[in-house]
Amino acid sequence: MSVAAEVRLKRLVVVDQDLCVGCMSCMFACSRRYVDAGLGYTAIYVRSAGGVEKGFSVIVCRACKNPSCAKVCPTDALVLRRGGGVILNPNLCIGCGNCRAACPFGAVQWNIYINKPVICAHCGYCVDFCPFGVLALEEVDS
Amino acid sequence: MDGYRLVDEALGRVLYIDLRRKTYWVRSRPELFLKFLGGVGVATQLLKEELSPDADPLSPDNVVVLAIGVLTGVYPTASKVVAMFRSPLTGNLGESHAGGRAPVAMRMAGFGAIVIKGASETPIYLSIHDGVVEFKDASALWGVRSSLTIGKVLREREPWPGMRSIMRIGRAGERMVRYASVILETYRHFGRLGLGAVWGSKKLKAVVVGGKRTIPVADVSTYRRFYKELFDEITKSSVMQKYHDLGTPVNVLPLNKIGGLPTRNLTSNSFEGAEEISGEAFAEYSLARRVACAHCPVACIHIAVIRERYPHEKYFYTTRYIGYDYEPIYALGSMLGIKDREGLLRLIEEVDVVGLDAMSTGVALAWTTEAFKKGMLSESDTLLKPEWGDWRTYINMVKHIVNQPNDFYRILASGVEKASKVYGGSEFALTYGGNEMPGYHTGPGAHIGFLIGLRHSHLDNAGYSTDQKYIGKEYPSPQSLIEELVEEEVWRQILSSLVVCFFSRGVYKPSAVSKALEPLGIRLSEEELRKLGMEIYREKLKLKIRLGYRLEELKPPKRVFETPSPFGIIGEEYFNEALQHYREKVLQLLST
Repeated sequence: MSVAAEVRLKRLVVVDQDLCVGCMSCMFACSRRYVDAGLGYTAIYVRSAGGVEKGFSVIVCRACKNPSCAKVCPTDALVLRRGGGVILNPNLCIGCGNCRAACPFGAVQWNIYINKPVICAHCGYCVDFCPFGVLALEEVDS
Repeated sequence: MDGYRLVDEALGRVLYIDLRRKTYWVRSRPELFLKFLGGVGVATQLLKEELSPDADPLSPDNVVVLAIGVLTGVYPTASKVVAMFRSPLTGNLGESHAGGRAPVAMRMAGFGAIVIKGASETPIYLSIHDGVVEFKDASALWGVRSSLTIGKVLREREPWPGMRSIMRIGRAGERMVRYASVILETYRHFGRLGLGAVWGSKKLKAVVVGGKRTIPVADVSTYRRFYKELFDEITKSSVMQKYHDLGTPVNVLPLNKIGGLPTRNLTSNSFEGAEEISGEAFAEYSLARRVACAHCPVACIHIAVIRERYPHEKYFYTTRYIGYDYEPIYALGSMLGIKDREGLLRLIEEVDVVGLDAMSTGVALAWTTEAFKKGMLSESDTLLKPEWGDWRTYINMVKHIVNQPNDFYRILASGVEKASKVYGGSEFALTYGGNEMPGYHTGPGAHIGFLIGLRHSHLDNAGYSTDQKYIGKEYPSPQSLIEELVEEEVWRQILSSLVVCFFSRGVYKPSAVSKALEPLGIRLSEEELRKLGMEIYREKLKLKIRLGYRLEELKPPKRVFETPSPFGIIGEEYFNEALQHYREKVLQLLST
């Protein structure tokens, strides 16, 4: 296996969402990774589980081997990624929103500026901005 | 500011809402944000423009400004929103800061400030999202017993879960108790100076605001690099660790040890029950979860669990959650002689349920207890027998403050200063400029700080921290104490304009602020920042004077000079000399 392939075969995982304090630093990191500040481009979604006293739901792409989102894409704009999940080909995407509706975890976020999905690249940039160990980058079997 | 532009144009948008006509409009005011950075700086200007100096605080003429700043949604711990209004408690300038999700939510909704004017005839709530303001009927929400329920209901009805704020008042706000709070995200508050009563007078039950967008910056790579530096410093610094671990209640034991913990209406400077209500004890026995404000990795919010068995049902429990912090522990704990931790949590919960400011409520109950014991009040006034430590009675008194069943509670709902004018006992009425005392009896700095701070809050100039710095050392002269307090308050105008949480002030030093602004296309040297801080301080002072602030009326309660502080009895002479110096300083500031 080449070094490049090893780097690719990782996925973002939620280690323990009970550790999450809801600071949204991961969401800001994700958005910042693509563009400027704010939350417009985040692929991660953290929300309270019905009031903050109940903790938070940390919703990230699960890097499915057999993803629902790709199956319902009418233009094949979502291509399977090695190691799980998908890669978006924005040229083919028509912004129909089927992928967002199909993901049972609600892990497909939406880019309102270009009307296309925000797809997690499993790059792990967010992991460095979670001081509580909620997120990690995990090796996946090929 | 020629040649400058606001890189994020949306921040320059000010949303004006007229509750009477149910209309709204947006004005582009980038120059305000470029010059004053946001928060207090911008809100002061907007209030100056909109608020008539003779407006009654509880009339439709009062104006509420909510403002965030250039760093909101851009850097960590820029996690506060500032509210400015005319305070129904003091009659003067009201300013209150809150965290939660509100600041980020406002920026994500695309507004730098919101100006709320007029009053509705029937209860309403506002839903601000996707560039529109919806005026929704709140008649059915009016009168609901618990402010927590309002949050639960609106959570299901409104868009942008996770990226919105639900700010609402409780029944105390509806009934216009002059120290009613606005509660957001259940565990954060616009606590001080009665914003809740102002909303109540406007029949405004709640404001929901939210959205999601990108904030452009001028130099992305410098921005990312500096973000990381700040983030690392914030998450690794020892000061922030302290707030993260035990939260603000970490202060209970140290303050008690030095004799600076106000107890039983400041008849004592330390509390025999301090161990039981310490941050350590809460963490060990009651802590359920720590949470954070949006965009703050510190997570200082501590939530306790109340587990209670139903008296007539075996194996049937209610489990409820309530936030705790140093100030509620002081005001509703030591100040009332309560060391029963569970009882204290129940009392804090009731104060939140009805939506009152914890500090003012605690001081009001403490004053009432002492006045009752001294025979200035009878049971026909209080309807109950207040006794130090008796939290059950205090819970019922909180209900009375809201329901106001007789003249006494109607007057107590106007604040301790007003009550002491009617019933006597002003020598032990712990108020400063009409605002009830925060939890520090650390020395002259604390009390002079409360008095001269422009919102009479401990956070204006941190006199309590100045005091603690000089323990075991030579205390400064009255003149240099004033200089120190004013200098701190001047710098804090920058932090509260940005609007950065004061807990991270050690990280946001002048050099760091200057550096943080650069990638946003705003060039201000440390020197220029300090000058701007002074300008904002002066602007706020002028507004305060226009609203009736009289420097010659500044007077501390006598009790301050009777109970020893960590520096012994505070000398009245020292105090008066300091105040005299402050008055001269103000005159000099206003003439330049």
